[in-house]
Amino acid sequence: ETPTAGLSPSLQPVQDEDVSTEAGEGVDEWAAAKTLVKPPDQLDLTEAELKEEITRILTANNPHAPQNIVRYSFKVTYKPINYVDQMAVHLSLNGNMIPKDSDEGRRQSIRLSTAAGEEEAEGSGTAEAAEIAEAEEPPPSGVKEQKLANQFNFIERASRTLNNPMQWEIYDAYVEELQKMERSKEKEKSKAQVPKREEKKKGRKLTSLESQSDDITKISKAAKIMERMVNQNTFDDIAQDFKYFEDASDEYRDHEGTLLPLWKFQYDKTKRLAVTAISWNPKYKDLFAVGYGSYDFLKQGQGMLLLYTMKNPSFPEYVFSSESGIMCLDFHNNHPYLVAVGFYDGNVAIYNLKKATSQPSYKSSAKSGKHTEPVWQVKWQKDDMDNNLNFFSVSSDGRIVSWTLVKNELVHTDVIKLSVEGTTMQGPEGLQLQTLGCGTSFDFHKKIDNLFLVGTEEGKIYKCSKCYSSQFLDVFEAHHMAVDSVSWNPYHLKVFISCSSDWTVKIWDHTIKTPMFIYDLNSAVGDVAWSPYSSTVFAAVTTDGKAHVFDLSINKYEALCTQLVVAKKKNKITHIQFNPVYPVVIIGDERGHVTSLKLSPNLRRMPKEKKGQEVKKGPEVEIAKLDKLLNLVRDPESKAGK
Amino acid sequence: MADTGEGKKEEADYKRLHSFPLIRHTDMPEEMRVEAMELCVTACEKYATNNESAAKMIKEMMDKKFGSSWHVVIGEGFGFEITHEVKNLLYMFFGGSLAVCVWKCS
Repeated sequence: ETPTAGLSPSLQPVQDEDVSTEAGEGVDEWAAAKTLVKPPDQLDLTEAELKEEITRILTANNPHAPQNIVRYSFKVTYKPINYVDQMAVHLSLNGNMIPKDSDEGRRQSIRLSTAAGEEEAEGSGTAEAAEIAEAEEPPPSGVKEQKLANQFNFIERASRTLNNPMQWEIYDAYVEELQKMERSKEKEKSKAQVPKREEKKKGRKLTSLESQSDDITKISKAAKIMERMVNQNTFDDIAQDFKYFEDASDEYRDHEGTLLPLWKFQYDKTKRLAVTAISWNPKYKDLFAVGYGSYDFLKQGQGMLLLYTMKNPSFPEYVFSSESGIMCLDFHNNHPYLVAVGFYDGNVAIYNLKKATSQPSYKSSAKSGKHTEPVWQVKWQKDDMDNNLNFFSVSSDGRIVSWTLVKNELVHTDVIKLSVEGTTMQGPEGLQLQTLGCGTSFDFHKKIDNLFLVGTEEGKIYKCSKCYSSQFLDVFEAHHMAVDSVSWNPYHLKVFISCSSDWTVKIWDHTIKTPMFIYDLNSAVGDVAWSPYSSTVFAAVTTDGKAHVFDLSINKYEALCTQLVVAKKKNKITHIQFNPVYPVVIIGDERGHVTSLKLSPNLRRMPKEKKGQEVKKGPEVEIAKLDKLLNLVRDPESKAGK
Repeated sequence: MADTGEGKKEEADYKRLHSFPLIRHTDMPEEMRVEAMELCVTACEKYATNNESAAKMIKEMMDKKFGSSWHVVIGEGFGFEITHEVKNLLYMFFGGSLAVCVWKCS
């Protein structure tokens, strides 16, 4: 029963259980339920013992301190030590405050003032600084006491923004404002000229960019993606067919193929116009341009140029309208955004797809030597010596003209005139055309830049050179009616194909005056096109609504596929084009529709792979393939010639 | 040398072109807006070197003219998120580098 510390009060007996019972008495109502747990070593005291008063006096002595310490000494062997430390430490906590007057305090204040005053002192080390401080004690009163930074608005240099972004914002705002002002000025200026322009614009449709307000152009990209997604969902089956469907039945028919109709492209404003030209874009393989006009002399009206993508069959990507019907068009190979166009009224023009105007960027005029009759074909040429863009055009006025773009102007040069030589020419149209033939189509040789072929309305094909403007290299008495199309073979440099309204398609070797192959299709042939993937495959369309696909290496007498593409009555197919990469053809008709069709496997069959034997590919093989066929025809003839 | 000359000229051009007051945002009625804008311009020109004085002047004048508790912030770089009374806010740029924000909130 020793008190725990000398400090404990001694008025009451200090007993553990006592405390708890006393506490229990005061609040017995709620604590009554508690049963007290007695420690096992607790003393059992009687009532009397508990009541006994034990007096304790609070002293400052440490009860634990030893009371009789002796220490060994040499003088008196053991020396009692009277003074015993009575202090007991219960908690010690070191503070970090330094009295101002203390040595350390002084040192610190000096260090602070020197660090602020002279930065070079910092380099020499803090120890030295402290020494200096001690040396010049007391601290010099002259040194200004550093003002402590206000913690509420003091900003470290490091946390400040050095190049204040708000300044950029202000600058941008001003620049924008200035630009706006400039624009409004320009608008005011142009307002005066607007009435004139409006007259010009009559009958022309604004392109999508122009007609929309600013708000809509902001979301135009999102809208476009949305439109394509919707189309993709709508035409999902067609897209799947385009990508994956291969006609399985082709395996069981050796020499036949089919065309699977895919998307159909139509546009409200071109319902009454005929497709007069179609061409794939050389860069974007899903994009193609369609020219609209009319072949009917009595129904001439406005024309349209639409650009469709296979990704969006429901609406054209670009729309341009023109006063005169479009008769032909061609994409520039190196600048796929430039489209050369020939019109029925004899003009030629260049549309720039990059520019959001409904007008052509450049157009010929009566002053600048336009044709006097419809332009039947245009073709871009390689840039000339001065790197100017240039293209050729052929028209039924008998001229072949080279157009060069010099300083934003179309400059024309007559390359050749289809003059009628003596009596060999029998112009079917009589007097008017006595002096000049009517060019209807032409094509340039793939390798020899100078060489080109011109098909005429009289059915003759002229082999010409850019070098000789007055003379033809050769004349082929090719057809009995107008030559609708001539085209060099993409692989074989000597071979070209022609088609005519006299129902025939003919394949020629340009060194031989007679055709190699003749095919009678039982209807006027509107267009013929070589396939880009094989030297022996070509397709022709006839006015009875049929498309014919030939592969000479499989069958050199008949078409592999003759298929009705449009309704026979009231509608004619006008043009056909192969896609440069996909096995797809597009066909245009007189009703303004464009249909895309997939070639079945038989129509694009390549030589079968044999085990252990590498299949050769490439232009040489294609040339050899066609040569082999031509030799069959050529041999007897050359023999006969000998 | 030509470069620095050009640079100076550009700077001068910039100063000249960007000296006009440019209102970025306001919901004040026309009359009040014009007055407040003119006041800001006057104050900023008067105390070109001391934004604090300019702000004080604007605040006091606005308090006098349109009732009390206007607040003004002028500076070359600051951001803010404020609560203001409707039709009583003006945020403008001035002199190519200053931004002035004036609002009422009592």
